[in-house]
Amino acid sequence: MPRFPKPPEGSWTERYPNLGTGPVSYDDSITPEYFEREKEAVFKRAWLNVGRVEQLPRIGSYFTKDVRAAHASIIVVRDRERRVRAFHNMCRHRGNKLVWTDDPKNESQGICRQFACKYHGWRYGLDGSLTYIQQEGEFFDVDKSQWGLAPVHCEVWAGFIFVNFAQEPTQSLREFLGPMVTDLEGYPFERMTSRFGYTTTVGANWKLFMDAFAEFYHAPVLHGNQSPEKYSNAARQAGFEAPHYQIERPHRLVSTSGVRFWEMGPDMTKPMERLTQGGLFGPWEPADLGELPKGVNPAKCDPWGLDSFQLFPNFVILIWSQGWYLTYHYWPTSYNTHVFEGNVYFLPAKNARERVAQEMSAVTFKEFALQDANTLEATQMMLETRYVDRFLLNDQEILCRALHTEVRDWIDAHEVREGVRR
Amino acid sequence: MKALLPAEFADLEPFAAQWCLPTEHERYHARLASTTEEMQTFYDAVTPRAEAAMDYLDALSLDSLPDEATNLLYLLYSMIQASFPVELWRQPRVPDSGATSFDCFVEPVP
Repeated sequence: MPRFPKPPEGSWTERYPNLGTGPVSYDDSITPEYFEREKEAVFKRAWLNVGRVEQLPRIGSYFTKDVRAAHASIIVVRDRERRVRAFHNMCRHRGNKLVWTDDPKNESQGICRQFACKYHGWRYGLDGSLTYIQQEGEFFDVDKSQWGLAPVHCEVWAGFIFVNFAQEPTQSLREFLGPMVTDLEGYPFERMTSRFGYTTTVGANWKLFMDAFAEFYHAPVLHGNQSPEKYSNAARQAGFEAPHYQIERPHRLVSTSGVRFWEMGPDMTKPMERLTQGGLFGPWEPADLGELPKGVNPAKCDPWGLDSFQLFPNFVILIWSQGWYLTYHYWPTSYNTHVFEGNVYFLPAKNARERVAQEMSAVTFKEFALQDANTLEATQMMLETRYVDRFLLNDQEILCRALHTEVRDWIDAHEVREGVRR
Repeated sequence: MKALLPAEFADLEPFAAQWCLPTEHERYHARLASTTEEMQTFYDAVTPRAEAAMDYLDALSLDSLPDEATNLLYLLYSMIQASFPVELWRQPRVPDSGATSFDCFVEPVP
């Protein structure tokens, strides 16, 4: 008997008939050719989150971002009107990378009044306009107003900065996000400025690693050793079921039920969790955020643990019932590598006890992520041997099935539109 | 030599030089550079004092901690780092994590 009712269609997967229920292939994760098609059809077409407005606190604050999957490198900056803008990070004179520090292959950040090219000294305002040409008289009838930095479509939603590399995006950011995501508006993201950020390069296709965070079926097994034996035995025995899945294409959601560690006996929690009053689910003392917007826990699960909003293609916002949130970014760098970034956000701690509970939560998050990362390198290695190409997915893995399906559909639609194939 | 910790926590001073570290990067690498036995000794000394340390720190403003108090807070962060090898892994690294890293590039101050 399932612990939570399945939808009337019989299963979550069958609720979305385009997904099918058959075995799947991971051919989409093991070749450079497929990655090239993803770049064109997905990463150069979809809205991509590149950060938050708190990273640009003042006029002239900027950061650069390399988006290899769109073959792009951009500057994101707050201009004099306090608007967030994005530009290709390239001088219009001879194409030099405009903003970089020490090593042009690294990203950089800072604050400035204008951008000056290291090569011949051309300068640009914060709005991208070309303001100065060294020895301008040597050029031939230059109209500086025509030679500003090449803009990148840039829109902000709920403090999240998105860019789009299409000539003309087919949808506005709001249309792209859709109501399932925009109903999160009003969640106090902007107040959660206590941030822990982590990054690593993972030797696995970006979709395979997203899959690892799109299902919790693995949690009692892979992460079983993170808990006292009595707890992990009970968790493994029970298995994992989510009370709610939702797909509003191209985005996906899973909500989980809560685990009330703080109500459990000492043989079910770790001594350090009891001492610090924190752990995987966050500080045990919930943050008071006031009334939450309707998009949070949309199925009103009770008890409720978390919502994992998986924004297509490579961005996750994970909201915990304890009153904090995480983001994940998966930035492909090749068909079998990607840069994974995880950010943990809390309200600023009011005292040392709160800060210690946050530290325990952040350190626990990292311990779990290390287990996930290495496991997925093992998966990539074996898939690339190509001896087996049919794999089963269960109903709790619906969001894995959905991601691969969505990518395939975007590639099909794009290639038909472009006349690459019929 | 000037004490790193508040006088009330002089008993933890022997661990201060090694574990009062301001960044997660330094604390995590101190963990990897230590043996489980060394961390067990540190853990056994600091955990019985953690409640008193948090009481001491909670009487102060988190935004303007004196240096010794900040060091005490860092020591608690290191206690959390050491707890994973001591309570779970019996080795410095997460088992089966190979050469995988997950580098902290930004964290709250303090």
